[in-house]
Amino acid sequence: MATAHEIRGLGHSVRRKEDDRFIRGKGNYVDDIVLPEMLHMELLRSPVAHARINSIDTSRAGALPGVVAVITGEALAAHNLAWMPTLSGDTQAVLATDKVRFQGQEIAAVVAETAYIAKDALELIDVDYELLPAVTTPQQALEEGAPLIRDDKEGQESNHIYHWEAGDQEATDRAFADADRVVSLDTFYPRCHPAPLECCGCVADVNPATGKTTIYMTSQAPHAHRTLFALVAGLPEHEIRIVSPDIGGGFGNKVPIYPGYVVATAASLLIGRPVKWIEDRTGNLVSTGFARDYHMHGELALKGSKMTGLRVKLLSDNGAFFSDAQPTRFKAGLFHIVTGSYDIPAAHVITDGAYTNKAPGGVAYRCSFRVTEASYMIERLVQTAAYELGVDPVEIRMENFIQPEQFPYESATGFLYDSGDYPAAMRLALERLGYDQLRKEQAEAREEGRLLGIGVAFFTEVVGAGHGTEYDIAGLRMFDSAELRVHPTGKAILKLGVRSQGQGHETTFGQIIAQELGIPYEDVEVQEGDTDNTPYGLGTYASRSTPVAGAAAAMISRELREKARKIAAHLLEAAEDDLEWEPGRFFVKGSPDRAATIQDIAFAAYTNLPEGLQAGLEGVHYYDPPNMTFPYGAYAVVVEIDRGTGAWKVQRVVAVDDCGVRINPMIVEGQIMGGLTEGFGIAAMELITFDEDGNCIGSTFMDYLLPTAWETPEFELDATVVPSPHHPLGAKGVGESATVGSPAAYVNAVVDAIAHAGVRNIDMPVTSDKVWKALAEVGLAE
Amino acid sequence: MAIQEQEAVAITRPLAVSVNGVERSAEVETRLLLVHFLRQTLGLTGTHIGCDTTSCGACTVLLDGTPVKSCTVLAVQAEGREITTVEGLTPAGGLHPIQEAFSAEHGLQCGFCTPGMMLTSVALLAENPDPTDEDIRWAISGNICRCTGYQNIVKAVHHAAGKLKEAS
Repeated sequence: MATAHEIRGLGHSVRRKEDDRFIRGKGNYVDDIVLPEMLHMELLRSPVAHARINSIDTSRAGALPGVVAVITGEALAAHNLAWMPTLSGDTQAVLATDKVRFQGQEIAAVVAETAYIAKDALELIDVDYELLPAVTTPQQALEEGAPLIRDDKEGQESNHIYHWEAGDQEATDRAFADADRVVSLDTFYPRCHPAPLECCGCVADVNPATGKTTIYMTSQAPHAHRTLFALVAGLPEHEIRIVSPDIGGGFGNKVPIYPGYVVATAASLLIGRPVKWIEDRTGNLVSTGFARDYHMHGELALKGSKMTGLRVKLLSDNGAFFSDAQPTRFKAGLFHIVTGSYDIPAAHVITDGAYTNKAPGGVAYRCSFRVTEASYMIERLVQTAAYELGVDPVEIRMENFIQPEQFPYESATGFLYDSGDYPAAMRLALERLGYDQLRKEQAEAREEGRLLGIGVAFFTEVVGAGHGTEYDIAGLRMFDSAELRVHPTGKAILKLGVRSQGQGHETTFGQIIAQELGIPYEDVEVQEGDTDNTPYGLGTYASRSTPVAGAAAAMISRELREKARKIAAHLLEAAEDDLEWEPGRFFVKGSPDRAATIQDIAFAAYTNLPEGLQAGLEGVHYYDPPNMTFPYGAYAVVVEIDRGTGAWKVQRVVAVDDCGVRINPMIVEGQIMGGLTEGFGIAAMELITFDEDGNCIGSTFMDYLLPTAWETPEFELDATVVPSPHHPLGAKGVGESATVGSPAAYVNAVVDAIAHAGVRNIDMPVTSDKVWKALAEVGLAE
Repeated sequence: MAIQEQEAVAITRPLAVSVNGVERSAEVETRLLLVHFLRQTLGLTGTHIGCDTTSCGACTVLLDGTPVKSCTVLAVQAEGREITTVEGLTPAGGLHPIQEAFSAEHGLQCGFCTPGMMLTSVALLAENPDPTDEDIRWAISGNICRCTGYQNIVKAVHHAAGKLKEAS
């Protein structure tokens, strides 16, 4: 139900409110912040992957005119700040004291009057390294006698971090014993990087006069960061204010706390002046939250073409510190959603994590805690099964889908899927694509010696954490919050615990209030990111803003609407039960002219109240979701491969998404197109890799390739809408759907073009040289 | 390569440029990048920095009408020339057609690439008032956007082209 045009609640593609400042160049990003007396900080990073630090000589750097301080790990250790806890219960060096454990690790910081002088001074720091052998794969890391990376940890005798299992091993073993065919796939989901266009940074201002610490920082989770700062630095939490200004893209990269933030804050505390630290692109690519680096082995048990069991064994490369940003209980994130969209009665997942001499991090990049790896695994495995069985890849999916009447559906690994109609979304995608006709064209093209491929992927995501008893980050329950203040003139301010990084919260959250309280969306100002002025929340990542904070915004509106009903009854001299609501007003049943608008009511809330009712029309709601939401979609990609070079070109991309009720369809489609592009980048070109000495290949945008407008295909979008039954608006998260779902579709398309010749897998990024080698092996290269 | 301490003494020279139609002059370090001159010396923070390697285009400004990446131009190289930044694109009242179009077509999300993307588009439309999809995609291929997937940016440039033609 769309609201009136003047109110513009759910379903209206209204122009974004935040655009006005961005198109004028008047956004306020962290590097735009300038404070009086502000100093600049630059970090010295390790040029080598693994080495003992014999000594650090900062005397020449410290003597450079304009340098105010040179800070080393030893100096931080005096304040117990050389190490900090990670979001996965491990420790991470803030500035290295004993060893460097990956190339790019932070060793020292220079604070100077200008950033240019600080960079000059970095060149004058002399570090004496004693090189150690570098470990660059988890397989090497777990070999007997491998160099021990974390010799700082008492009792840590190997590079093994964790072992984690999900599902029912016995039931799964039985399914495999009874199977009439087992199909397997080994695949590596390589390391890639979210690379938001704005790097990380902060301005730390510890004010010696007031004792207040204000940190302007690129933070997707400012409230959680404030608590962690309080715990790590021992600062009183009420004296810390985190302000997350406009953020130039996050994609998960701005969830963790990085050493730069901590050192800048410590520097400001020690010096008594504000300190700005702005990471450069190389710093961002070599040291901050990467994604994936997952070695996966999957096996599917089949009876006929019915899937009866799924086994997955994973080996995770976590880098030098286990710092994955993910719910505490789940060492492999939510990978156990790996049964995907299929009714597979038994499944078992085994994961092991290993330290390597590579940057730490691990679950970022537009992915709800390793759902991306899971979706890729099952969709590539199902595709492989189709070829092995000689059935159409769409047919095997249709035959095994969880059916609409099975919802709510409990998966073999324990998720309770909320709602869906998978066959309907699949049929719509096939219709939009002209699937049957395309298969004919593919056969004809093959006769002519051309290689067309049609790739299909059907993903189901799990997003919108909590419930808080199941999901927490570093002990903090994953609820979220909304505080609504309706002013006497009927205009309102909505304050949220989440933080947009481009998702358009200032618009969509205004639309939620418009829908629920009838205040036009233009009359609602949305505020986020300042911990002094917003209610506590866990932040924006893992597609959780709409499922959690969106629900909180709806719920507080409904609570205020109930108060408004009492005031309306007073104004209209009617009984509360005799009043009916329509967006924007209460009216007396049967007399639609006897009405009080929400604006009348807001004014009365401060001027003309019924006896016994508190003044004001304000409130806050903390929403702890009863369950996750499970958005899904059918993606189809058509490619043609050049047999001479192995280059592949995308001809069509059809994406049908079901994210439940859409608040602003234009913004939803924008999220999906962005995700389809990042998915394309991951499938085609984005790669962070390392040579055997642990040198990072992919440390600038000249090596870490991102899709430009030239390579990026056009997208044809469509939608089905099956509301979430437990979300107050029926909405599900959508921000990550396309990054989760699309990589398998692109790779399936390339493999589909040559599957008839026996090719089953090409690991990402699917570069032309890999495709050409695959063509050559099966005699298709020209 | 370690630099010598004495080399760190800044070498400066006077710079005079026209920025958004206003004559600006300053004594600047010869090594000062144009993007830092604009952002720090003049406080025009609409020009952003995304990569340091001329790859991403967030720092794009117009130098005598031609898009350049201001992170790899020295400020002193702009001596005597005209620079247009996003601040100069915005008329005193209302919006430039490209600004209007980016918002109308949802051609931006986080807004970080937007100033550079709009300036490149303005330069394209000055040269080619009726571009094809392919012309637009080629013209903006030096400007990376991580959010939108470009499709709405292409639409926005067409939208602005239509408005500019109506106006002329």
